[in-house]
Amino acid sequence: MSATNATDTTNPSNATDTTAETQAAGAPKVSVKWLWITGLLAALLLAGGLSYYASASPDGLEKVAADHGIDEKAEDHAAKDSPLADYQTKDVGNPRLSGGIAGVIGVGATLAVGTGVFWAVRRRTLAGAGTAQAPTGGEG
Amino acid sequence: MHVPDGFIDLPVSAATGAVAAVAVAVSLRGARRELGGGPGEGLGGERAAPLAGLVAAFIFAAQMLNFPVAAGTSGHLLGGALAAILVGPYTGVLCVSVVLLMQGVLFADGGLTALGVNITDMAVVAVPVAYVVFRGLVKMLPRGRGAVTAASFVAALVSVPAAAVAFTGLYALGGTTDVEIGKVFAAMVGVHVLIGIGEAVITALTVGAVMAVRPDLVYGARDLRAPLRLASATAGAPAPAGAPVPAGATAVPAARRQAQDNQDNKEASA
Repeated sequence: MSATNATDTTNPSNATDTTAETQAAGAPKVSVKWLWITGLLAALLLAGGLSYYASASPDGLEKVAADHGIDEKAEDHAAKDSPLADYQTKDVGNPRLSGGIAGVIGVGATLAVGTGVFWAVRRRTLAGAGTAQAPTGGEG
Repeated sequence: MHVPDGFIDLPVSAATGAVAAVAVAVSLRGARRELGGGPGEGLGGERAAPLAGLVAAFIFAAQMLNFPVAAGTSGHLLGGALAAILVGPYTGVLCVSVVLLMQGVLFADGGLTALGVNITDMAVVAVPVAYVVFRGLVKMLPRGRGAVTAASFVAALVSVPAAAVAFTGLYALGGTTDVEIGKVFAAMVGVHVLIGIGEAVITALTVGAVMAVRPDLVYGARDLRAPLRLASATAGAPAPAGAPVPAGATAVPAARRQAQDNQDNKEASA
């Protein structure tokens, strides 16, 4: 009887089951949905709130460029008058709010465009996979 | 490290734009395998596109947080290593490219004529460099979550000066000003090693956090599940992975039959 149980737990067919493997590895389990929502909240918090406290000093490239004169022929950005230029929202006086709104819009826009691109890539994959291969139960 | 318009001349900007376009096209093909396909392949499933989109959004957010690195100088995450490790190198190139596109178009950060330069430095160079370093270290280090986090740290640390070197190379080819290239190289690499430390800390913390809750969703560490498979293969019957399945039979019953045979053998010998 115990021999049967031991055989079952080491059955190779378990290897095809991601859930069983994850649990076997002893990893605390959270759902993909939970992870996605947590990640999105973290991104919104960083861009919408904490970004206000970011350093306003020039970044590495800007500093090197200014120190050595690389930026002598730098040109204004074509979109410098856009409503979100320099991560500030036009016509919003409060700097905390102005930057926060810009950050939240940026997170939303990046999420939308990124997900759209990856969704399209996946759709093409699935469309082309119809004749490709049958599931083998192994790792791809 | 967003290059504005006017740092690199138009011919080199255009040529670099062509390089970036080819790299993005190659990545769109490569990402198919990382994002889709069968079980055990890449992220897989319906969750792949939203998760990769979230990685792009998270990198955008983290890039807003400039941290001080030296007197009067700041740096921010580039995200190439983070994306490569979490969703795979091809998808990672696309993640960073989407971020750079949004920043250039919506936020006037990074010149529009320099978009190709920026994609080349921070996506086409930084992402594969990070991924090669990461995979090399994961193979060398003892298996485990700590090794993945440590490898993430080093990969991110190396990726930032690598992007700085790429910029220096493009500046040498088509800089609009006449600054001695050795000086540019030394200054760029020097400050970006410091920024790389910040990149390394953020990347290791983020990868470590995902490893703690869902290691199966970390693309670069997905083969850490292999020991379990090996263990079951040695304890039971060899798994017929990749073997052609005869018509009318599926993999699972075949495996069960083999396990059953194995058990029968054990009982016979006992």
